[in-house]
Amino acid sequence: MDLTYTEEEREFRARLRAWLAKVLPELPARPSPDDWPGRRAHDTGWQRRLYDAGYAGLHWPLDAGGRGATPTQHLIFLEETERAGAPYVGANFVGLLHAGPTIAAEGTAAQRARWLPPVLRGDEVWCQGFSEPDAGSDLAALRTRAVRDGDDYVVTGSKIWTSHAEVADWCELLVRTGPAAPKHRGITWLAMPMDAPGITVRPLRTLAGSTEFAEVFLDEVRVPVANRVGDENDGWRVTMVTLSFERGTAFVGEVVACRRTLARLARAARASGRWDDPVLRRKLGRLYGEFGALWRLTQWNVSESQRSGGVPGTGGSVFKLAYSHARQELYDTAAEVLGADSLSLEEEWTADRLSSLSYTIAAGTSQIQRNIVAERILGLPKGR
Amino acid sequence: MDFQPTRDQRDLRAGVRELLAGRYGRDALRAAVDGGSAVDRELWRELGAAGFFALRLPEAEGGVGLGLPEAVLVFEEAGRALLPGPLVATHLAAGAVPGAAAGTAVVTAFDLGERGGPLVSYLAEADAVLGAAGLPPGEPVRSADPLTPLHRVTGGGPADVSAYREAGALLTAALQVGSALRTLELAVRYAGEREQFGQPIGAFQAVKHLCAGMLVRAEVARTAVYAAAVTAQAADAADGQAADGQDADGEAAEAAEAAEVAGEIAAAKLLADEAAVRNARDCLQVHGGMGFTWEADVHLHLKRAWVRAEQWVTAAEAEEALAAELSRTATGGEAR
Repeated sequence: MDLTYTEEEREFRARLRAWLAKVLPELPARPSPDDWPGRRAHDTGWQRRLYDAGYAGLHWPLDAGGRGATPTQHLIFLEETERAGAPYVGANFVGLLHAGPTIAAEGTAAQRARWLPPVLRGDEVWCQGFSEPDAGSDLAALRTRAVRDGDDYVVTGSKIWTSHAEVADWCELLVRTGPAAPKHRGITWLAMPMDAPGITVRPLRTLAGSTEFAEVFLDEVRVPVANRVGDENDGWRVTMVTLSFERGTAFVGEVVACRRTLARLARAARASGRWDDPVLRRKLGRLYGEFGALWRLTQWNVSESQRSGGVPGTGGSVFKLAYSHARQELYDTAAEVLGADSLSLEEEWTADRLSSLSYTIAAGTSQIQRNIVAERILGLPKGR
Repeated sequence: MDFQPTRDQRDLRAGVRELLAGRYGRDALRAAVDGGSAVDRELWRELGAAGFFALRLPEAEGGVGLGLPEAVLVFEEAGRALLPGPLVATHLAAGAVPGAAAGTAVVTAFDLGERGGPLVSYLAEADAVLGAAGLPPGEPVRSADPLTPLHRVTGGGPADVSAYREAGALLTAALQVGSALRTLELAVRYAGEREQFGQPIGAFQAVKHLCAGMLVRAEVARTAVYAAAVTAQAADAADGQAADGQDADGEAAEAAEAAEVAGEIAAAKLLADEAAVRNARDCLQVHGGMGFTWEADVHLHLKRAWVRAEQWVTAAEAEEALAAELSRTATGGEAR
């Protein structure tokens, strides 16, 4: 068990740190959260800079145009970019972390050549059309239909919780092509161009007041059969090949950010005198211990992934359960530090507290995560 | 960076598990409970011969010469087996108290409660008390844990154990992690076997989710314990190298490192205590009525976890130590 970084890893970190120090002051100001075209331009502009500097697709395999970095190098990249306050992956999220790796793993040579380079360069943005109004936790129950008509699929249905739908060029779409087959075996993965006729995007307002995602209505949208990745009715397997947290690096930036928030909270509590309340002080101490342990768990999962040659570990669900709970606790504690000021939306932590309410729901609710942990890791039987 | 255990470390852990399974299985555990014999002298000597107590003693002094990372793996196994006796105190006494390293002496410590004492465990079984000149007089107290006899010391002040507090807390945390992992196994096994409403109770989400929560607590605590062991060991090694010709910057860096290690150990103890106690509680709940019986082992895990939670560093002390470390890093140096 060793937590020291190798010479090569330290050099990688030093080079990255120097580059970030040079490039970050040159970046334009962050656009307002409701300025979607501005956000897209900001996020893709950052991706282009990463590409030019050789940091794009760090964790992608070499033959997909990536850098073939080790999980530890990826960990260092995410840690350092967050520490330096670099832009978040933002609009590039689906392209870099799900659709891209899926195409890299399952696409044909032509599909890889068409779709992967624009993601790495920040030229094209992807969104994800998975969830539906009646298919959330039970994703495989999705009903959006695709019917073959010549060289096209004709797609009708609706998708929900689609982030970046307003500004995306492509949508990785799961559709039902085999209505008679068992639900996991009648699904197909398609790349849908977002400018195709028949697509209506309706933004959804979150409880935080912002429009972070949208509903997407599909009315006889024609998607070329050539845009299918994998075989017809094999889309469930194609999708599951790529899990965003397979290398243990899914929440690296977030944990670093939480630790920084905690330090700011401690400074604020000391300045206001709230620190003298032993109940609150002990709660902050406990959170410091928990986030320290979550950082160590990240290093543990990354080491496990590195040893197994990048094969998905089982740590993702365990980590997400602990992390999402701790992060909600963090912002509830921030509200205690603020006192009545926590009711003011002018306070940054109040907005963050509202956003944090999604952590136990998004990307698999805590209840679904516990089912996964109990059945796949602990081997408990499935219920009837 | 490779935080996973090395092959040697995995082999060591497997070897200890095998030794304890053969020498202190369930029958031995229940015989000890029924017989009220907390410390088996013969087993103690066997543990000594196997290097349990001399594990971290340098080879030049007749020890095994391993470090804290190996020690936490070994103590995790002892916690899993519910091995009784003042394991941590005797391990800490190796090299300082004659016979401790070899397991021919049983050494206890004033490690209970916030400042240590006046309750002390295994006093009647002990040959020495860590840091004390002799064995103090004490009155027996009926103990909640059948395998942790307690005395209330009636004469002589408690011996100062501050020099041992960090290592003591870390090794106790490792025992807690082993217990937390074991109660998880017991709960999962029972949930898979016990049928109600025509199916194993483990098929019900209410039971599944209890078990999943147990795994999360145990894994987070285990990683915290391993990380604290690795950072404490690295700090020790750095201390050894920087002993001569230290300048002011070097001293400040060393103090910061020591504070960081103290924080990691406090977090490890806090999370491991919670994992052991809460996992035992949930294991008891999964066992239903059987969990409330003397016959099921789960109460033994819970009671021992309660004892260990009071040893070396309590939850209140750990949280205050972590708050102090948060304050230090927030106002001065960057957190790691």
